[in-house]
Amino acid sequence: MAILIDETTRIIVQGFTGKIGSFHAQDMINYGSNVVGGITPGKGGQTHLGLPVFNTVKEAVREVGAEASIIFVPPAFAADSIMEAADAGIKYCVAITDGIPTQDMMTVKNFLRRSPVEQRMILTGPNCAGTISPGRAMLGIMPGHIYMRGNVGIVGRSGTLGYEAADQMKRLNIGISTSVGIGGDPINGSSHRDILEKFEADPETKVIVMIGEIGGPQEVEAGIFAKEHMSKPVIAYIAGLTAPEGRRMGHAGAIISSAGESAAEKVAILKELGVTICPTPAAMGETVAAVLARL
Amino acid sequence: MDIHEYQAKEILSGYGVKIAEGGMAYSPEEAVQRARDIGGHIWAVKAQIHSGARGKAGGIKICKTHDEVEAAAEALLGKRLITHQTGPAGKVCGRLYVEAGTDIVKEMYFCFLVDRSSERIVMVGSAQGGMEIEELAENNPDAITKIYIEPAVGLQDYQAREMAFALGLDPELLSHAVKTIRGCYRALRELDASMLEINPLVVTRSNELVALDAKMGFDDNALFRQQKISELRDKTQEDPREMAAADRGLSYVGLDGDIGCMINGAGLAMATMDMIKLAGGEPANFLDVGGGASAERTEKAFRLVLADKGVKAMLVNIFAGINRCDWIAEGVVEAVKKIDMKIPLIVRLSGTNVEEGRRIIAESGLPIITAETLAEAAEKAVQARNEAVAKEAAQGA
Repeated sequence: MAILIDETTRIIVQGFTGKIGSFHAQDMINYGSNVVGGITPGKGGQTHLGLPVFNTVKEAVREVGAEASIIFVPPAFAADSIMEAADAGIKYCVAITDGIPTQDMMTVKNFLRRSPVEQRMILTGPNCAGTISPGRAMLGIMPGHIYMRGNVGIVGRSGTLGYEAADQMKRLNIGISTSVGIGGDPINGSSHRDILEKFEADPETKVIVMIGEIGGPQEVEAGIFAKEHMSKPVIAYIAGLTAPEGRRMGHAGAIISSAGESAAEKVAILKELGVTICPTPAAMGETVAAVLARL
Repeated sequence: MDIHEYQAKEILSGYGVKIAEGGMAYSPEEAVQRARDIGGHIWAVKAQIHSGARGKAGGIKICKTHDEVEAAAEALLGKRLITHQTGPAGKVCGRLYVEAGTDIVKEMYFCFLVDRSSERIVMVGSAQGGMEIEELAENNPDAITKIYIEPAVGLQDYQAREMAFALGLDPELLSHAVKTIRGCYRALRELDASMLEINPLVVTRSNELVALDAKMGFDDNALFRQQKISELRDKTQEDPREMAAADRGLSYVGLDGDIGCMINGAGLAMATMDMIKLAGGEPANFLDVGGGASAERTEKAFRLVLADKGVKAMLVNIFAGINRCDWIAEGVVEAVKKIDMKIPLIVRLSGTNVEEGRRIIAESGLPIITAETLAEAAEKAVQARNEAVAKEAAQGA
């Protein structure tokens, strides 16, 4: 099964004809993703990369049955594009854009919550590398070839650290059901907890690796969810042991601003909640292997 | 981005928040002139640095004569103030704010901030002011009131009233309090602030509600649409290396260790620093070079890391996604040749075109130490650092 996307998912690209949008759209097509078109307001009716361009997301939903969307729109306009996707009935949206104002994301989240849960668009990101169900579909900017198909789910804030995890697993011949980047911003579409819930319901996923970092409450919330509602083992690594308090470490959300937000504190709480802690970022592969061996 | 107290007060004053009369000074003479302009018999001379807890660090002086104002200004200007928020390096005071003394009857704590858990703006207040909110949260959490604001409709009057009563304000001050709280909320929303803190908010002898201190922080991602706020940036309050990095489109944070780092991706950067620590070393910096690490960018990143003269060894860890290891390897080789690097360099490449990248490094003839895995890279970096330090010590002896 995998979660969120597979080879049948009908994908559109928002910000399709731009340089970045074009590059990654082509990369996703090469990977085998079912890209059915794209949006660039004002260029509707044209053809780009052999696919139709639409003026609005609504048209793309109507004309080519778009179900999922990926956003490469600049930060000032990205919140608007996300809301357009939601309003058009897109089911799953990945926002790649880095640099969206926090208050815009508050508006987006509030906009999404107006719909009942079962009809609500799922958003992951912004400021993420996207989602991949290896061997089936890629809705993101990751190097697809480093992922092997299998039974481990990955959810993480960071792009390259997620690649590192996938690479370590591949070296041990361990594959991935789906890898989801939730992004490094303080307010994001889906939390670690939201993605754990999807993995728990996915018959193909046996174990989940959660890659967190300093800042915010999401890793602990996910740990509580794992303890109370999950049958599958969760392994966690929290980056930022050496990060000083009050300093932003690259990601807008990677900042220790209150109690419980440091890596050491998160690790201690997760341990208590029964989450398997990966002691170092170099041990992600072997920790997964050890947990899989016990199943 | 942070701004100074006097700037925050000027902004808030424009939103209907009452502040004491005051003025800026860059010299002791100016400070005395401000005191004269303000009049009265008591003034506060306040160091303007980007940090809270200035009082405890000796950054706020109460003066009863013009001579005292002059002496206070002389003592504060150019002084390095160290608070728990500035870190051990502290921040140098280059500007003063001279303010009329306030006769305080009651001190309270008040702030607005973006709450990541509820994804809303939360208003926080306490009738016990003057203390840091962290201390209060630890010692007396029941004394803190939190009110969450629904983003679609914004702050409502009843919420402002609830806060006013929680702060223990006299009903006579209710309408003034609602106006003050509403003003703060409007400032936060309209200017894309991520936090706004008034600590203390005070009631004066003449029964007025006054913001005695004010602190505002802004969302860096929103500065593109807040031109006026961007102009308030005081570069003297920021780490020059971090600013140089930001100007070059790199993300850098200076730390206290001696192993320099250049990594792509914030998460991998933090993880690599963790590995250095676990291997027994200390990272000198956080540096995310981002996705498109061109040769030019690589050279800039190298120069930035090596500008820190305390760096004894440098570790490059790149997981190429969109990037290609061969391009990065070429960039690294070029940078090392150009810069004439004197310290050991450890390079770990992974991802797209890794074989080709490793070949370029191996054939360069440069004394670059290579590693295949993250663990190996960190261990080799710490080992190289230790050897370099031992060699230095031997030469010194």
